[in-house]
Amino acid sequence: MKQNLILAGVGGQGLLALAAVIGEAARSLNMHVLQAEVHGMAQRGGVVQSHLRFSDQPIHSALVKEGTADLVLSLEPMEALRYMPMLAPNGAIVTNAVPFKNIPNYPDDAVVERQIRLLPNHRFIHAVELAKTAGALQAANMVMLGAGAPFLLLPVEALKSGIHTVFAGKSDAVIETNLRAFQLGYEASQAAAS
Amino acid sequence: MATQLLLGNESLAQGAIDAGLSGAYAYPGTPSTEITAYVLRSHQAAMGDISCAWTANEKTALEAALGMSYGGKRAMASMKHVGLNVAADPFINSAISGSHGGLIINVADDPSMHSSQNEQDSRVYLDLAMMPCLEPADQQEAYHAPAIAFALSERYRIPVMIRLTTRLCHSRATITTGAMQKRNAFSLPDDPKRFILLPALARKSYAKLLDRQLDFTRESETSPFTTYCEGTDLSTGIIACGTAYHYVREIVGENCPHPILKIGQYPLPLSLIERMMSECDRVLVFEDGYPYVEGKLRGVPLRSSPIIHGRLSGHLPRTGELNPDHVASAFGLEMPSLHEVSTIPAPRPPALCPGCPHGDTCRALNAVLKSDDAIGKLFSDIGCYTLSAMPPYESVDTCVEMGASITMAKGASQAGLHPSVALIGDSTFTHSGMTGLLDCVNENANVTVVIVDNLTIAMTGGQKSSANNRLADICAGLGVDPAHIRIITPLPNKHDENVEVIRQEIAFEGPSVVIAVRECIQTARRSRSKGGAS
Ligand SMILES: Cc1ncc(C[n+]2csc(CCOP(=O)(O)OP(=O)(O)O)c2C)c(N)n1
Ligand code: SF4
Repeated sequence: MKQNLILAGVGGQGLLALAAVIGEAARSLNMHVLQAEVHGMAQRGGVVQSHLRFSDQPIHSALVKEGTADLVLSLEPMEALRYMPMLAPNGAIVTNAVPFKNIPNYPDDAVVERQIRLLPNHRFIHAVELAKTAGALQAANMVMLGAGAPFLLLPVEALKSGIHTVFAGKSDAVIETNLRAFQLGYEASQAAAS
Repeated sequence: MATQLLLGNESLAQGAIDAGLSGAYAYPGTPSTEITAYVLRSHQAAMGDISCAWTANEKTALEAALGMSYGGKRAMASMKHVGLNVAADPFINSAISGSHGGLIINVADDPSMHSSQNEQDSRVYLDLAMMPCLEPADQQEAYHAPAIAFALSERYRIPVMIRLTTRLCHSRATITTGAMQKRNAFSLPDDPKRFILLPALARKSYAKLLDRQLDFTRESETSPFTTYCEGTDLSTGIIACGTAYHYVREIVGENCPHPILKIGQYPLPLSLIERMMSECDRVLVFEDGYPYVEGKLRGVPLRSSPIIHGRLSGHLPRTGELNPDHVASAFGLEMPSLHEVSTIPAPRPPALCPGCPHGDTCRALNAVLKSDDAIGKLFSDIGCYTLSAMPPYESVDTCVEMGASITMAKGASQAGLHPSVALIGDSTFTHSGMTGLLDCVNENANVTVVIVDNLTIAMTGGQKSSANNRLADICAGLGVDPAHIRIITPLPNKHDENVEVIRQEIAFEGPSVVIAVRECIQTARRSRSKGGAS
C-alpha cells in the first residue's frame, strides 16, 4: 500500500499544517512517511508545494516521480493546475474552488475550472464558505483535508487524531473548529461524488 | 525508542543535542535555519546547558564554535552554502589549528537556487580545508551524523563538516532517536601552541594535517555512511552521494544487478572507488550539486576507461537539483506518458506582504530616484526589501551578496555616479554592512545609506536581529555626522516628509544615513498573538 500526494497552495494558506496532519496520521499507523516541503522565499505570497509519500513498505525518494501522484490536493484552483505532469494517469485533483488573486495576470476563473473539470477524477470545494460555517476562515486548509480524505488510503479516524496531534498546543476551541472544518469538507466531497 | 516525524534539519539538531552538544551558533539562512531554531527551542538551551545564539554573521558563529571547542566542549556552527564564503577564513584555518572538543560545521547547499543567489557546492571547499566531511543520505543519517562527526573530530582534533542539501534539510521522515550522551567537561588543549598560526608553527600544523589525509581516507572507507553493494552486472557501476542514493534506490529497487557505491563521507573512499573503476566498464555518478566526484574520477585529460557518466557527460543535467526523474532517464528508462503541462497557471513570485514597511520606503526612494531627470542608482542588499525588484516597485538596481550595497554604492560614487544610494536591512547591516560604512566615513564618500530597520531578520522567518534599536548609535560611533543620521517612519501618511528627508540627505555631500524604522508586520502579528516572536 503506497500513496504519492502533491499538496499545493499559496504562502500563508496553512499548507504545511495540512501536510503535517497527513504525515502524523501515516506515522501513527507505523507507515513509512516522506514529506518534502518548501520554506523561505515562498512564504511571501508565493507558491507553496509539498510532496508527501507514505507506504507500508520502505520508500526512498522524498520527491514524487512525474506521472505518479495519486492525488493533487490544492488550496487554490490555479495552483492545482501547476502540477498536471505529476499526476498519475488516473490521479485525482481535489481543489478549493476559491481563487487567491495576488498577481495581476491571474487567468480567467472559468478557464481554470474548465481544465480541472476535464479530468475524470476531480472535486471542486468551496472551502472558504465551509470554513466560515465551521467557525474560522483559517480552517479552510482542514476543509480541504476533509475533502481529500475520501481519496486517501488512511482511515478518517487517523486523520482526526492527526489534527489533535498537530494542533496540540492550541485551545480546545481551535481543535474543535478544525475538526468541524474537516467534517464539512469530507461531507461536501462525498456529496460531490454522488 | 521514540519515533518522530522530523525535518532533516531537526533530525540533525536532535542528533547533536543527544551527542552532548554544548554550543550552537549560527546566522540564519535558508535552507539551514531550522537546525539552530530547533536547538534554541530545546529544553537544554532553555536550562542553559547549551549556549545557543543567532550571531552577527557566519564567521562570528564559526569562531565562537571554535572557541567553545578550545574549551573542550562539543560545538557546532550552521550556515547556508554562501555563508561558508563569509566563514571561509576560520573554516580553512581551523583545519590547520585543529580543534579540541568536537567541532562540526553544518553547511546547507541549495541546488536549483530555491532561495539563494547561486548553487555553489560546499564540497569544493573540502579541497581547500582538507577536513573530513559527512554527507547524510536521509533524516536517520542526519540524526546519527553529529555523534559520528564529534567522535571523528575528537579522534583527530580536526573540525568536521556536515554537508546537507535543501531536499534533506526540508523533508520530513520518521526517525528513531537514541539515548543522550553526557556533555564534555571544560578542558583546555594540552598542546595549545597549535592554535598560534604564526608561519613557523603553522607550517608544522599544516604538515600534520597533510599527514592525516590517509587516515581521513581510511575513515571514509569504513564509515557507516559508506557502503559497497555487490552486483553481478558489471557493465555499469553506480556511485551515489548523500541523498542521491535514495533517488537511485527508488528507481533501481532493492535488488539492483549493478554494484552500488554509496558515498556518505569525504575525502573520497579511494579503495572502494578503485574497486568500482577496475571492475566496471562504465561508472554512473549521481550527486546533488556540482559534478564534484565525477570531475575527480574523470581527471585531466578526460579519462576513457572506464567511461564516467554523470552531469559532465550530459547523462544528467549539468545544473539544478537532482530528482528521481533525472535518475530514471540516466538509466535510459522510458518515461510514462504524462498529463500535459498546463499553460494556464501564471507565475506567482514571492512579493512584499501588503502593508510591509519596506514598500513605503521603496515608494519614497522611487519618488526621488525614479523621477524623470534622475539618474541615481539604488544598490541593494539581501533581505525582504530585495523583493522590491519586482513590480509594482522595481526599486532596486543590484543585489549581489550580503553587505555589497554600501560598498558598491561607494565605489560607484567614486566612479562618478550621483545619486549613489545603498539600501540595506538592519540585520544585513550588522552582518557585513558596518565595515563598509566605516570605509565611507574614512573616505568621505558621497553616498546615502538607507537602513530599513524592521526590527527582525524577516526573510528567514523572523529571528532576533543583532542591533535592535542601536543602529543610530552604531552609525554615529562609526563616524557618521549625527546631523546626517535621520530617522523616518515608513508609513503611507508620512510619504511626503520621508521623500523630503531622502532628498536632503542625497543633496548632502558626504556619507549620510537614513534609518527607516517600522516593525515587520508578520513578526508584529505573531508577537501580538503569542506574546513574543521567536
Ligand atoms: C552570507 C549569507 N548569509 C545568509 C543569507 C540568508 N539571508 C538572506 S537575507 C537575510 C537576512 C535579511 O535580514 P535584514 O537585512 O534585516 O532584512 P529583512 O529580511 O528583515 O527585510 C538572510 C539571513 C544570505 N543570503 N547570505
Ligand atoms: S515578512 Fe515582514 S519584512 Fe518581509 S515582506 Fe512581509 S512584512 Fe515585509
